[in-house]
Amino acid sequence: MFLFFQKIGALVLGWLREMGRMFVFLGETVYWTFIPPLKFGRVIRQIGFIGAKSAPLIVLTGAFTGMILGLQVYYTLTKFGAEAYLGPAVALSLIRELGPVLAALMVTGRAGSALTAEIGIMRITEQVDALESMSLSPYRYLVVPNLLAALVSFPLLASIFNVVGIWGGYLIGVKLLGLSSGTYYSGIEGFVVLRDVTDGLIKSLCFGAIVVWVSCYQGYYTRHGAEGVSRATTTSVVMSSTLILVWDYFLNSVML
Amino acid sequence: MIQVLGLHKSFEGQQVLRGVDFSVNTGEVFAVIGGSGQGKSVLLKHLLGLLKPDSGQVLVDGEDISQLAGPALYRLRDRFGYLFQGGALFDSLTLFDNVAFPLREKTKLSRRDVRDRVEEELAKVGLSGMGHKYPAEVSGGMKKRAAFARVLVMRPQIVLFDEPTTGLDPVLVDSVHKLILWGKNAYGFTAVIVTHEIPEIFSVADRIGMLSGGVMLEVGTPDEIQNSKIPEIYRFVRGISDTAAVSGGLG
Repeated sequence: MFLFFQKIGALVLGWLREMGRMFVFLGETVYWTFIPPLKFGRVIRQIGFIGAKSAPLIVLTGAFTGMILGLQVYYTLTKFGAEAYLGPAVALSLIRELGPVLAALMVTGRAGSALTAEIGIMRITEQVDALESMSLSPYRYLVVPNLLAALVSFPLLASIFNVVGIWGGYLIGVKLLGLSSGTYYSGIEGFVVLRDVTDGLIKSLCFGAIVVWVSCYQGYYTRHGAEGVSRATTTSVVMSSTLILVWDYFLNSVML
Repeated sequence: MIQVLGLHKSFEGQQVLRGVDFSVNTGEVFAVIGGSGQGKSVLLKHLLGLLKPDSGQVLVDGEDISQLAGPALYRLRDRFGYLFQGGALFDSLTLFDNVAFPLREKTKLSRRDVRDRVEEELAKVGLSGMGHKYPAEVSGGMKKRAAFARVLVMRPQIVLFDEPTTGLDPVLVDSVHKLILWGKNAYGFTAVIVTHEIPEIFSVADRIGMLSGGVMLEVGTPDEIQNSKIPEIYRFVRGISDTAAVSGGLG
């Protein structure tokens, strides 16, 4: 019985220690974000990696999400005789919720895992220590550019996701199921307000910060060689995805 | 001068350093020898403040590096160069860009001056014309030499070598040792070398310390270490295994 409580205690202490280290990492990242000089070239390169290279995936998933929404929502609305509201239903679902969340989850799988693996390999091959040994902060070179790139890329990717998704819904609702084009778009214009868009963008900014925070942290503290990199990458994707959904709930409960 | 006083360090309950004491005089080549897993690299990382001790001090000209953080730590580290075991070259950069990296990041040299300095350093370590290659495209020995050029390019006062010859053939081992001695004479740096390269290190080091069981067993000149009466050192410098341990292990 004593051993059982000892194990629970050790588990809780380990978890608290990990949480503390994560928040120290976040604090260091924020600190170095405001210490010049900014590695502008690296920020641009990372916008290319996190943002531009994720765009095709976002377009594809956005289109199919919009099309699925078009089908599902149309089916539901016909039960109430309210098919005319297909446009705003699709648009609001995407802009407020699905766009930011699904875009973030997609980028986590594509870019977040790659960030963890890259920094993790740099850690186990002592390249991170090499930066430190030259009196250069690894945060400045490896973490801050990714954070800034994500803060630029995530809202843009979510916006692309939304626009393509609305077109996907249009394709199904108007071209396939026969709703009038004017009804679809005027509904969106009538029901979607600026607050919906800004709420969605705020979510995207938060998710971008979460993905970079978790991915870089997991890479930065990678140990035990190739197996460690593999474990860190898996943990990074699982933790980022979970935190995105948890934080999404908190944001919704504050925003709605 | 570097002074290590009562250094203790443990990882996840495993005690690696149990009170290490030694000092390194300015301008000398000090070697730390010892078997694998004795904490030599851990000790070296403490000298640069890459690891913080559980207790003890690492004094660099009287300043405790283990108590420093932020700009003060970076200022002291600027006096150091560190040659990592695997070179730790940035694998996304060419050899040229690797050597140029600290110059571009830490100095205001013009593009032309950086190019001249880097080509000069690459030539000194025998890598002329190889600057365009990536670390993955060159041999282990060339990586170490490029890493050495990256260290030298900043003209450090103290250079820490973490097993600089591990994994190299005997000819390369000799060339790396000659390179260290040449660098020391050319630039006048203080060197701390962690190695288990016996007997080659006896012709390179001014003084040697044997690290075992988390403590510095003995510090002395190469002659003193070679003639040490401490059984562990006697066996280590002659490459004799502990027969009692071996027979015990075999049951």
